[in-house]
Amino acid sequence: MRELSLHILDIIQNSIAAQASLIKLSIDEEIEEDILGIKISDDGCGMSEEMKEKVLDPFVTSRKTRKVGLGLSLFKAIAEACEGDLELDSKLDQGTEVVAQFKYSHIDRPPLGDMVGTIITLLALNPNLDLIYIHSVDGQEFSFNTRLIRDELGGLAINNQEILSWIDNYLTEGLKELRG
Amino acid sequence: MKSLEELKKLREKAQKELQARKTENKAKVTVGMGTCGIAAGARALLKELMAEINRRNLDVIITQTGCIGMCEKEPLIDVELPGEDRITYGNLKAEDIVKIVVEHIVNGNIVEDLAIARADKE
Repeated sequence: MRELSLHILDIIQNSIAAQASLIKLSIDEEIEEDILGIKISDDGCGMSEEMKEKVLDPFVTSRKTRKVGLGLSLFKAIAEACEGDLELDSKLDQGTEVVAQFKYSHIDRPPLGDMVGTIITLLALNPNLDLIYIHSVDGQEFSFNTRLIRDELGGLAINNQEILSWIDNYLTEGLKELRG
Repeated sequence: MKSLEELKKLREKAQKELQARKTENKAKVTVGMGTCGIAAGARALLKELMAEINRRNLDVIITQTGCIGMCEKEPLIDVELPGEDRITYGNLKAEDIVKIVVEHIVNGNIVEDLAIARADKE
């Protein structure tokens, strides 16, 4: 995939398939330290030890385990190609955490890409999902929390077109400000 | 910076509009959001789809599915009009979306050259 934001969209689809109701996404751009960190954690159904071993191997995954598939191993491969790594932690019935690190300046590191598009896609198709998104660049932080949005909506669906377009602008402005 | 306060105003406006809309017999579009769909461009397709639906002020349910085993035909979408067969469109480009929205969703005619499968209505 050409953008890390597409990998993020893909990994969060695993969380959705695992019936997560809350997903926490944090992106840390530590440009001075030359590190890009991406962490995705959910409160979904989690995985057994056995499954955990398997999901990172693209050749072991079978059709029965389709809800995991190739996505994680692709993400791991790209992290490792960028002098980084990917760690997976999961507990059955508690949730899963995926932490990926990249060398920020690595020539093979894909750009983050359209993070706003990824968040809007998730909310448009999964209006009941709660998402906390924290993005930091060298210590400056931007955060977005669907629970705070929902408090203002009084039962109106978050994927209402007016609301989504507001969120789109909110995220675009927030991320732009983050980069000064 | 935008404030959450603005959402309250939007909410009132949106709720008024919702009351004027019907609640059943809506067209439904399903977007393939598996790894294969995402890698093939499903996110951009969805963006185009939502923009076109908003532009025409249509009331359509948009939902997602995972990999359906036709990875080589991604990105794909299903269109299901009330009481009609479910039509799967594949190998889509963003510019195909306008055609599908206008021809199929608005006018009720299947776009034969983009359709790859038909499932009988449930």
